[in-house]
Amino acid sequence: MATSTTSTTPLPARRRSHLARQEAIAFYLFVAPWIIGFLVFTAGPVVASAYLSLTQYDIANPPVFIGLGNYVALARDPLFWKSLSVTTSYAILALPLGLVASIALALLLNLRLPGLSIWRTIYYLPSVTSGVAVALLWQWIFQPTFGLLNVVLYQVFHVVGPQWLYDSNWVIPAFVIMSLWSVGGSMLIYLGGLQNIPTQLYEAAEIDGAGAWARLWHITLPMLTPVILFNLILGIIGVFSYFTNAYVMTQGGPNYASYFYLLALYQNAFEFLKMGVASAQAWIFFVIVLVLTIITLKSANYWVYYEGKIE
Amino acid sequence: MSSTVESVARPSPGTRTARSVAWWQRRSTRQRALKAVATLIAALFAVAVLFPVVWMISTSLKTTDQTAAIPIIWVPIPPQWHNYIDALTAEDFGLFFRNTAIITVGSLIGTVLSSSLAAFGFARLRAPGRNFLFILVLSTLMLPAPVTIVPRFILFTKLHWINTFLPLIVPAWFGGGAFNVFLLRQFFMTVPREMDEAARIDGAGFFQIYWRIMLPMSLPALGIVCIFHFIYAWNDFFEPLIFLNNNNVWTVAIGLAGFTAAYGGTAWNLLMAASLVAMLPCVLLFFVAQRYFVQGVVITGVKG
Repeated sequence: MATSTTSTTPLPARRRSHLARQEAIAFYLFVAPWIIGFLVFTAGPVVASAYLSLTQYDIANPPVFIGLGNYVALARDPLFWKSLSVTTSYAILALPLGLVASIALALLLNLRLPGLSIWRTIYYLPSVTSGVAVALLWQWIFQPTFGLLNVVLYQVFHVVGPQWLYDSNWVIPAFVIMSLWSVGGSMLIYLGGLQNIPTQLYEAAEIDGAGAWARLWHITLPMLTPVILFNLILGIIGVFSYFTNAYVMTQGGPNYASYFYLLALYQNAFEFLKMGVASAQAWIFFVIVLVLTIITLKSANYWVYYEGKIE
Repeated sequence: MSSTVESVARPSPGTRTARSVAWWQRRSTRQRALKAVATLIAALFAVAVLFPVVWMISTSLKTTDQTAAIPIIWVPIPPQWHNYIDALTAEDFGLFFRNTAIITVGSLIGTVLSSSLAAFGFARLRAPGRNFLFILVLSTLMLPAPVTIVPRFILFTKLHWINTFLPLIVPAWFGGGAFNVFLLRQFFMTVPREMDEAARIDGAGFFQIYWRIMLPMSLPALGIVCIFHFIYAWNDFFEPLIFLNNNNVWTVAIGLAGFTAAYGGTAWNLLMAASLVAMLPCVLLFFVAQRYFVQGVVITGVKG
């Protein structure tokens, strides 16, 4: 990091420290907007929500301190546990399936197929159209009588499809199917990861007589593990932030079968104005994500392979 | 065409008896077959991705009766183009588009400026506490925005900012997202320092170096930040839902959700027409700036 200016013309010590101070002041001026934003919109709210989680608060009246009352109430609330189990079951299905599908697609495209850029474009397209419009499209696809999925199931495979969003057993699988539609976003990340693997590794393995499976298992996947780790952590955060689809397509129904964690938090805060309870939920959210991230990072020692140079 | 030549000239490793291998076991034939199968799978998945989109477009041009027809009518004749007019005038979508554009552009400029300012500081200026602050920036990546939504709502309520665009624009001017700061810092570090030093000898201050050298040199990275922020802001639903309650400040996403509440379950043709129009800006941007998307995803995902 030592710059060349100081070495060419030795400055007097006082002048040098003056320059260093100027640079430090400039640094804090450049970073000032970020620091202000961090204090006002991130750190402040985190501390405030810790306090609010210990109070009863509906905005109209001042908060009343009730200790751990909100946490105790949540622990006894079957809907809170329901929201956790809904989120967990979605995560257990969607994260591994998404992982396998996106790596498989990336491996496929990495064969230098003809039309690579066309496939890449098509696969990535759903990722730019997230949000309410996509939720509406899939609500229509899952429509039990006239929806695309059940019509195709019946006409092509002669299977009478389930009621999807109206059936408490099928609503989570429906959201999982929907998530696979936009698997192209993470596929692109893995494709980049694949293209970063040095070809010498494959050449060396081939000379040693390694077959295609051995190369996949002993080179490709180990070299991809840092990217998998990164995606897994983002995936965990994403699952706990799952909101728009559940809000638009099912409102958490039927019978709370798609009552995702953030939907539960939203309803407590902005429909029932229970700001204290919602803050407690936010803190539990934060702690769960933190713990899962730490577990994932710790477990990384056993399954993630870092090449020396990666920072 | 050259399969025989190749297999003679370059016997495949691992098979010492290359001559006795049947044609379908030969490396080049097998590779070509593998490629054909792989291309077929790739094409099938592409069809699976596009199928819903085609169906969406088709639905948007149908009469209500046609949407409920089995077997599916793929090409409605005559196409009901007026569905688009009906859908977009059923609610004040013109206003919603204008609102969304103001929020998106307003927060976009703030995001680019504040994240690039911070990134310049972290990439180029030495100061005590810099490393600590940078770790702080990275640690906010682990803090999902919904965690702080309740106190922010209370703050904006006290400031009387609810039902204005301010809660969706102002925070972007202060920070611009840890992801963007990180991405731009990594990019700035690749700009040769000699550029700065030459400018400093000419008497340029740090801000001039940032503004006249670093930003123009980093247009691809700034493009990536712009594009991802545009997509995020245009599609965002959670925060507008909380901060914008009156329908005169609604965004397109909120308008669409409100539209479903009114017409859901029946007017699928109108819903699909409105949804398609809502998606259009992002899809157009994607096709225009595809190269940046690919680069951006790879940079943030692989090197991040």
